Amino acid sequence: MLKLEHVNKIYGERHALNDVNITFPEHKTTVIVGPSGSGKSTLLRSLNLLERPENGLYHFDDLTLDFSQPISEKNVLQLRRQTGMVFQSFNLFPHLTVLKNVTEAPIHVLKQAPAIATSTAKALLAQVGLADKADQFPTALSGGQQQRVAIARALAMKPKYMFFDEPTSALDPELEADVLRVLLKLAQEHNSMIVVTHNMEFAKGVADQIIFLEEGEILYSGDPQTFFTEPTERIHDFLSAMNFMIK
Amino acid sequence: MSSSTWEIVTSSLPQIITAAVKYTIPLTLISFVLGLILALITAMVRLSLMRGPFQIVRGLFWGYVWLFRSTPLLVQLFIVFFGLPNLGIEFSPWIAAIITFTLNVGAYSSETIRAAILSIPNGQWEAALTLGMTRRQVLFRIILPQAVRVSLPPLSNSFIGLVKDTSLASSITIVEMFTVGQQISAKTYEPLLLYSLVALVYLVICTVLTILQSYLEKWTSRYVPTQH
Ligand SMILES: Nc1ncnc2c1ncn2[C@@H]1O[C@H](COP(=O)(O)OP(=O)(O)OP(=O)(O)O)[C@@H](O)[C@H]1O
Ligand SMILES: [Mg+2]
Repeated sequence: MLKLEHVNKIYGERHALNDVNITFPEHKTTVIVGPSGSGKSTLLRSLNLLERPENGLYHFDDLTLDFSQPISEKNVLQLRRQTGMVFQSFNLFPHLTVLKNVTEAPIHVLKQAPAIATSTAKALLAQVGLADKADQFPTALSGGQQQRVAIARALAMKPKYMFFDEPTSALDPELEADVLRVLLKLAQEHNSMIVVTHNMEFAKGVADQIIFLEEGEILYSGDPQTFFTEPTERIHDFLSAMNFMIK
Repeated sequence: MSSSTWEIVTSSLPQIITAAVKYTIPLTLISFVLGLILALITAMVRLSLMRGPFQIVRGLFWGYVWLFRSTPLLVQLFIVFFGLPNLGIEFSPWIAAIITFTLNVGAYSSETIRAAILSIPNGQWEAALTLGMTRRQVLFRIILPQAVRVSLPPLSNSFIGLVKDTSLASSITIVEMFTVGQQISAKTYEPLLLYSLVALVYLVICTVLTILQSYLEKWTSRYVPTQH
């Protein structure tokens, strides 16, 4: 289980996360929505320790980190090995083939035997529909294909939690669908996932829990049904604006 | 070409080439390899996030780069070979030359390598870190392999520059190509011919290196789609 208590992150004058308290249940998909600049990425990146909040507690299973104290390298690595991250801009390693992108961390971080890592990677690439691209370099792939490789790369570490930060925002609609299908399948298989997205249709379809952030504060957390059918005035305005954007 | 001119060419060219093989080339290769190692260490120290007392180390490396980029190579050679003996530190001409060339090329190349590392997008660090890699793993497995491609053209510049700079070793009694040319020219009174021959040999060496560079560039760019 993954849980944040009283977490604050401040950039200069800006309260990017304001007293955030939230639990991300296991085997469920939590979708984070909110206007631009509301702190969605900051929240996700804090869970991976790419950002360091000023204070608050972070519970990950039996491990508890206090953000107001220095965090040991050992704890950082331990936590990152159990969480996977998929970025908006893919961030594949351009000098490695698709297959090597996926096997890199299992071999060098988990110390898996290369043969085992390779066969796992091939299975994962087949799962995201890219078995035939294994020996290509990432630059030869479309954005949607690159993002699916990035998902396979994260899955290869067998993380307990997967984080997705607007995984389809950089993609054309047709390519977006291929990536969303992969995410939907992962959600249906009861992986523990946290997804930041602007796609409300997708959020509706995939969320077990929904979080609405504004100015670093959680204004809603809970059941997606209520969120979409009985929104507060603020959420209603947000949803209308999003609908306008899509149509 | 008169027959006597031709005779001078055939008799002096082998001597010049011998000097290139015995001095210019090994001096360049040894200094460049050592210089690259020093440059990599320097770049890494200067990019490190070391805090507290370690900052002094970073300051020292900054000072080293500053010193060797801000003084002429010839003066550096003279200080090491003719100057340091006053402090009781004496080197043979070979060692003095290798030390000076290494330190000099290391200072310049460290800036090349530092810039190349910084040119790799931050997303590469983040993606690798979220996979659980240590900073050292990220640097050696993800960042440096990409930085090699970026730094290859400027490092080739330094390498080719060093080939020619080794002619300065003549000033600390090393009988390299240039000295040989000088000696023969003094005997034959044919400075134009002799120095042109010396220039020709430098030209050939540097042309070979230029060709080598273009092959290496192609190889290190194999993952980049062709841009033209
Ligand atoms: N490195 C930084 N330095 C200063 N301010 C930052 C930094 N990163 C984020 N911020 C600020 O923190 C706030 C939250 O940013 P964040 O990127 O988390 O928003 P977001 O909800 O992900 O927005 P978007 O939907 O546009 O991606 C913003 O006001 C942003 O300007
Ligand atoms: Mg964001």
